[in-house]
Amino acid sequence: MKSFAPVLTVVGAIFVIWYGAAVVLNSAWAYDKAKRADVTLGFSEMVADTWSQEKPLLPAPHQVVKEIYKTTVLKKITSKRSLIWHGWITLSATLLGFAMGTGFGILLAVGIVHSRAMDMSVMPWVIASQTIPILAVAPMIIVVLNAVGISGLLPKAFISMYLSFFPVVVGMVKGLRSPDAMQMDQMRTWNALKPTMFWKLRLPSSMPYLFPSLKIAMAASLVGAIVGELPTGAVAGLGARLLAGSYYGQTIQIWSALISAAVLAAVLVALIGLLQNVTLKRMGMLR
Amino acid sequence: MNKEVIIETKGLDLTFETNDGPVHALKDINLTIEKGDFVSFIGPSGCGKTTLLRVMADLEQPTGGTCTVNGVSPHEARMKRAYGYVFQAAGLYPWRTIGGNIKLPLEIMGYSKAEQEERVSKVLELVELSGFEKKFPWQLSGGMQQRASIARALAFDADILLMDEPFGALDEIVRDHLNEQLLALWARTHKTIGFVTHSIPEAVYLSTKIVVMSPRPGRIADVIESTLPKERPLEIRDTPEFIEIAHRVRDGLHEGHSHG
Repeated sequence: MKSFAPVLTVVGAIFVIWYGAAVVLNSAWAYDKAKRADVTLGFSEMVADTWSQEKPLLPAPHQVVKEIYKTTVLKKITSKRSLIWHGWITLSATLLGFAMGTGFGILLAVGIVHSRAMDMSVMPWVIASQTIPILAVAPMIIVVLNAVGISGLLPKAFISMYLSFFPVVVGMVKGLRSPDAMQMDQMRTWNALKPTMFWKLRLPSSMPYLFPSLKIAMAASLVGAIVGELPTGAVAGLGARLLAGSYYGQTIQIWSALISAAVLAAVLVALIGLLQNVTLKRMGMLR
Repeated sequence: MNKEVIIETKGLDLTFETNDGPVHALKDINLTIEKGDFVSFIGPSGCGKTTLLRVMADLEQPTGGTCTVNGVSPHEARMKRAYGYVFQAAGLYPWRTIGGNIKLPLEIMGYSKAEQEERVSKVLELVELSGFEKKFPWQLSGGMQQRASIARALAFDADILLMDEPFGALDEIVRDHLNEQLLALWARTHKTIGFVTHSIPEAVYLSTKIVVMSPRPGRIADVIESTLPKERPLEIRDTPEFIEIAHRVRDGLHEGHSHG
């Protein structure tokens, strides 16, 4: 927060590139329309057209902003056209999946650190699980869970969990193993039992590793929830908005859903960052 | 006068199996440490002085011979929390205050809250750190951190204090000061102390008994009973008696080398 100048510079650059790209990508359609209407298009008219088409290849930023404004502020939250309503659907699955993934990830890490057998047997599977493309697994999870009568929030949360437990396992295994040999010996000289070592040494030592993992897990959770909404027939959620938009060529709708997802992810990750600062400060680990 | 034997080793052997073949770390160590002794282990690196201290602390297992601590095996002694161990680094937990760090072994051993508080302020006074209870380790200098770690080892009722080069990472001036403090502390608490060092003046200044060790295999080259009085101002290091003992230690170290 020390200086906004670098941030604003980057944002400015993005807008310049974005507007420029919109002109390049949408100009073909603009000329096409002009040709059919038998008008010759001047440069400024062409540019104005590329920034205001109804179904552009790449909508201009102000079109996306307008669409987001229209579907958040101007729509009732309960409306199926409200982006906030769709956002909440995705957010609830994200948060549930994140909570399950974090819990599962920490449990696995504790097991891996304490049991050599688990270290040898589970870790390869954990890694293998992430090499499978989630787009391939997601429909199967939805279909299988649907067959046993579970639908709605939970299947999506499962997909989020599938993606989010991984960074937590990796980070926590590293964190729980971060105490050095001397610190472990020290505990032994006091005849401390394993649970004591865990609560008093391993767990506090792992905190600086946990939070960065949680940030990645949260972002992965959101991706999981959005992917989970795709095979459900585009009923609700940001993923559904993306899919519906692509069915009908509503590029502005797609981009507004994309931007909303990005903002949502940024806010969630920032919240974890805040939690990290507060926790580490209270632990005296932030100077 | 026959004093009570605290630590005794008979024919102690320890061989580490490494990838480069076996390493004979300790060979035929026979040693008796009596109650109230201040015993220094000195020798070049690789002579097994730290390993010997770790055997006494049940952090390494000997491959031959016996070792008893308070008349029982090192394992039983560790279970009974018979000793406090001070490592080379202070090893304070950064997320705990100085007071919290000293409380740590007390919490593990189940002392009551009131007793924890009482003991913390008592040992902080012993190491002259009163008033630093609420500070975090990073707010203290290296020497103060090491004093806090000694306080932590003193906080529970262990009559034995094992110290592995506790002042090795500190500069000479701080070291002198801490040596002086350690002697005063030893006089007040009547602990039995095992102290690993590679500094000849430090060993001679502190000890009632100096165990000179030599490497490959790690063994005892000489055991020197100090004739210095119990009261030892820093100036004692300039007396002929001190210099003579230091000389004998140096001889022992040399001899060990020529044999090896």
